[in-house]
Amino acid sequence: MKDAQGYVTADGRQIGGVLMEMKNITLRFGGVVAINDISFDIREGEIRAIIGPNGAGKSSMLNIISGFYTPTEGEVFYKGEIRPQMKPYEVARMGVARTFQNIALFEGMTVLDNVMTGRLTHMNAGLFSQALWWGRARDEEMDNREHVERVIDFLEIQNIRKTPVGRLPYGLKKRVELARALAAEPSLLLLDEPMAGMNVEEKEDMSRFILDVNDEFGTTIALIEHDMGVVMDLSDRVVVMDYGKKIGDGTPDEVRGNQAVIDAYLGVAH
Amino acid sequence: MTETMEGAAGLRSIPALLRRNATTFASRPAYREKEFGIWQSWSWSEAEAEIEALALGLIEMGVAKGDFIAIIGRNRPYLYWSMVAAQSVGAIPVPLYQDAVAEEMAYVLDHCGAKLVIASDQEQVDKVIEIQDRLPDFERMIYLDARGLRKYDHSALTSFENVQKAGREAKDRLGAELEARRTSLGYDDTCVMLYTSGTTGKPKGVVLSNRNIIETAKASCQFDALSEHEEVLAYLPMAWVGDFIFSIGQAYWAGFCVNCPESPDTMMTDLREIAPTYYFAPPRVFETQLTQIMIRMEDSGRLKQRIFHYFMNHARRVGPKILDGESVSAGDRLKYRLGEFMIYGPLKNALGFSRVRVGYTAGEAIGPEIFDFYRALGINLKQLYGQTEASVFITQQPDGEVRSDTVGVPSPGVELRIAENGEVFYRSPGTFVEYYKNAESTKDTKDPEGWVATGDAGFIEEETGHLRIIDRAKDVGKMADGSLFAPKYVENKLKFYPNILEAVVFGAGRDRCVAFINIDLTAVGNWAERNNIAYASYQELAQNKQVLDMIQDHVEETNASVAEDDMLSGCQIHRFFVLHKELDADDGELTRTRKVRRKIIAEKFEDLVEGLYSGEDSVYTETEVTYEDGRKGKIKATLFARSPKVVPVASQVREAAE
Repeated sequence: MKDAQGYVTADGRQIGGVLMEMKNITLRFGGVVAINDISFDIREGEIRAIIGPNGAGKSSMLNIISGFYTPTEGEVFYKGEIRPQMKPYEVARMGVARTFQNIALFEGMTVLDNVMTGRLTHMNAGLFSQALWWGRARDEEMDNREHVERVIDFLEIQNIRKTPVGRLPYGLKKRVELARALAAEPSLLLLDEPMAGMNVEEKEDMSRFILDVNDEFGTTIALIEHDMGVVMDLSDRVVVMDYGKKIGDGTPDEVRGNQAVIDAYLGVAH
Repeated sequence: MTETMEGAAGLRSIPALLRRNATTFASRPAYREKEFGIWQSWSWSEAEAEIEALALGLIEMGVAKGDFIAIIGRNRPYLYWSMVAAQSVGAIPVPLYQDAVAEEMAYVLDHCGAKLVIASDQEQVDKVIEIQDRLPDFERMIYLDARGLRKYDHSALTSFENVQKAGREAKDRLGAELEARRTSLGYDDTCVMLYTSGTTGKPKGVVLSNRNIIETAKASCQFDALSEHEEVLAYLPMAWVGDFIFSIGQAYWAGFCVNCPESPDTMMTDLREIAPTYYFAPPRVFETQLTQIMIRMEDSGRLKQRIFHYFMNHARRVGPKILDGESVSAGDRLKYRLGEFMIYGPLKNALGFSRVRVGYTAGEAIGPEIFDFYRALGINLKQLYGQTEASVFITQQPDGEVRSDTVGVPSPGVELRIAENGEVFYRSPGTFVEYYKNAESTKDTKDPEGWVATGDAGFIEEETGHLRIIDRAKDVGKMADGSLFAPKYVENKLKFYPNILEAVVFGAGRDRCVAFINIDLTAVGNWAERNNIAYASYQELAQNKQVLDMIQDHVEETNASVAEDDMLSGCQIHRFFVLHKELDADDGELTRTRKVRRKIIAEKFEDLVEGLYSGEDSVYTETEVTYEDGRKGKIKATLFARSPKVVPVASQVREAAE
């Protein structure tokens, strides 16, 4: 099913070549081994999930992908090249955007302004020009605003455009965070527990948005999620982690039938 | 009645009106829609070009004269264009309610035999795909928003842009054909077919001709002096006759601009930005707004509250008089001016009513307090009475003769007649042609002379000539002792309380009346918060003892007011339940226009009705509910009955009165 050119999913989408590859990643915090020699890849256009019980090392893995952590051992390849140690904003420039498990928005700013911050990597005008809002700064802002409005339209948050984020319920904040990540026009979108703490209806909405983002913009998505049902429905391929090790990797069906995965989730008699 | 074969001023169809507007009002805005945060607009000539491209595309797709084209979606310029494009090629547009579930759509689509469906987005497309196997005539579907549809099988699916593109390319080839079809449209050809929401039984397809629509639009535009300078906000369901008359009939006749909101949730913001000059809303919308204003005022500081109430009291006293042009002392006028500056102006601005010149409400009775509140602010809110079969207008209130308890005088060109049993009949140029494929119902409703039964009971006030509606004619019944039973009369009184969202009164053929009541979650929830009453769900709040006490007070007040009317004093409520679930159209308890379906409710909650009559204190019940996505669930609850005080009415007195 898999080769260098990619593969075709069950619902007929063409998945491209390798976008990001993790090779023998190990991450230690002092004596604690958070991630132990894990390798997997993320292909262009796919929805890739990382699952595992609490403390399995999922968030650490996402932080490595996002460039926030540097692996103790191993290498990260991005678009075929070894990714050097980078600052988070440099990673963002490379087209990686993310959302956070605990919402990290500017509570006092409106939804619109928050989403606009996602366009920061697309603003190049100088300080002087921005202060006067003239020339390049003005053109850029109009350009960016248009892009942001498309995202707002896409995620159906027009009605809260001018509402300060602090006044929004949790489920909507999550959506605003997704909007901000999308505004950056990422080629790789990282979602850290996008459904955590949501009710069924909000989860359904969020799933639809994730699928639509992937479908509409062809964005590659890597996500961490606890809700097994959601993961199995959404993702094309799943990496399963337990105690820092990779115990499974494959399509949802393959993973579901994997004994090690069942043991990790349901527990085994010792 | 003006019976002209050549149409009004030689204009025999909506496409003909479009042509005139594109010439006369070429650069004036015809449509606006807020998209991507900005109001996008199309002038009349641009709109004509868009509609023409679509019409040519439809011919290219093989749409024949007389075909039915179903249109499903929220108010968007593209869908209004679709209706006019359909008419341009000789097809008949059939707008459907967008919130209808697939099952309801299946009936309508099958009944009219629509070959083509124009749907707004994935949600609507999915519904049609789900039922397409049961639609032998269905051939193709056009969609507006491609989102989520890329992976779909496109053999019977096309995007709106593609159809328009194909139309533009085929202009040289098909232009003459389109012109021929457009000019062949006759004054008595079908303009649109609208399905009634069906308070009883299956929906019926009401066929309205070009004559119906254009004559009605013409008369009603004259009545309120509507011109091309009006602005309206199109937010009511496109399948509803009112929207068709306001946003197409009158808009095309007068040449004014139709504004479409960005999304259903932004309606209030959009309303404020557009500030329409001509506005329609059902009483429920005005009620909700007033409730919100009052809730917010309660949250404001002491001083602000006092200023607000001081000026509102003044406005209630003199505002309506000023609006009606009656004499008011100079001092009062001056104080009203000050109030306008301090309170009324800013409030109207916040509500989006700064420029309203003519506002209408209809569909249900509006509470006198609510009605007076808006009139006091200087908003020219009036009532009209109408129905789909009449192309809306039967009666309406002229400026200066506005009251909350009448529905006005007959609209221009309308004749009224009251039957022996009190049922209202009318005849007008707007009277529908027929119910599609339903000769029997047509015959029952419309007699050979063109008189149509409204199904409502009412009477004409002798001194003013205004019509007053009491209730649905078939709902007006007799109680066991022979006294008059008019449930809606009582329900309306109850619904005027902000805490009560819906009420259903039972009692036909019984010795006393009982009722179901729905609390208004916004109002009661706010009240609960203020009084530190904790609740986890609608159900729990509804059965809260203090809530029941409060509702009981309302019912007792209502009883006292009902008792004042000798004829109806038997309708006082002896026992009631506050229902554990909100009555919902998805569960079939309300129509899509949110009217109570009495019979269905009585059957569904039979155990509760019996509980009320048998005098039990509480009843345990399980109710099936349908979620928005069509899944079913169950709500279990124990309801507590209350027995409000009833004003004693000696039956001898009633007998003497008879």
